[in-house]
Amino acid sequence: MLSTDDDILRAAEGWRREGRAVALATVIETWGSAPRPVGSHLVIDGDSRFLGSVSGGCVEGAVITEALEVIEDGRPRTLEFGVADETAWRAGLSCGGRIRVFVERID
Amino acid sequence: MRLDTLSALNAERAARRPALIVTDPEDGGQRLVRAAEIDADPLGPLLRERLHSGRSGLGEGPDGRPVFVAVHAPPVRFVVIGAVHISQALVPLASQLGLDLTVIDPRTAFASPERFPGVRLIAEWPAEALREFGPLDAYTAVAALTHDPKIDDPALVAALRADCAYIGALGSRKTHARRVERLQAAGFDAAAIGRIHAPIGLDIGAVSPAEIALSILAQVVATLRQDRIKGSNAAAGR
Repeated sequence: MLSTDDDILRAAEGWRREGRAVALATVIETWGSAPRPVGSHLVIDGDSRFLGSVSGGCVEGAVITEALEVIEDGRPRTLEFGVADETAWRAGLSCGGRIRVFVERID
Repeated sequence: MRLDTLSALNAERAARRPALIVTDPEDGGQRLVRAAEIDADPLGPLLRERLHSGRSGLGEGPDGRPVFVAVHAPPVRFVVIGAVHISQALVPLASQLGLDLTVIDPRTAFASPERFPGVRLIAEWPAEALREFGPLDAYTAVAALTHDPKIDDPALVAALRADCAYIGALGSRKTHARRVERLQAAGFDAAAIGRIHAPIGLDIGAVSPAEIALSILAQVVATLRQDRIKGSNAAAGR
């Protein structure tokens, strides 16, 4: 019940209304120990500016890169990160958990 | 997400009404379900369960496809009755926890901006102060800290009627026994009165005002996060 994502969705709306391209990333599933709970948001604009957190910093870089592609083609996608994945070489969760992140464009 | 969906969601959040966003992660299909619309929704039972637990997560749609349900419950407000020493210690701790704190005390010598810089203060009796504050709800925590029944009792009664998320009252067991008698006389049954945490705070042996403030906030968090506590009935089913 404690909310920490209060300003992120408001920022997402405000950014879009300013005419910026905006993508929203949401943690939809976690396994094992994950730094941020399901429902956590990261909002990204077309200039890679971002607010919020989906992993406490571990995979934000990779999420932002994907978000820029989502902004480009408008196709929502689900990303998965974890130590067991190939992506762990680039961006992994040091805590040993796995997370799935849904990334969509605000249209 | 469509901008109008996001905008409608933010409007619900600003009005402190719970809402859910249902997303099909495969095709990105998405809709907003307001709390008042849950009963008529095809996913009604799933959405109600999610809203009740306050936890976002994946579930199964009617056609067996996965759906992601994001719960947007209003941020918890914390109403503290009594601009006392413990309340002063509560201010920085509550702010760190993201609890939106309001202090109510009709005694202007206590409820002064000098004693509570940067805090929302309402220097009125609870009935008037709560009118100004707006309706209490299930996403509000209330702690009565004045030791004075004239101030504490009306706030506790309002908190019980509004089914507040957390209700606590300062005072010894003896003080609380007298409070229980007054609330019984006012028509509250044992289950309702049992919702009041008294003596207030987790028993961490707190002595100083800051320690008591910590014990109160620990109890507030433990209540709000009840379903995540290991070994609790609510957590066992997950």
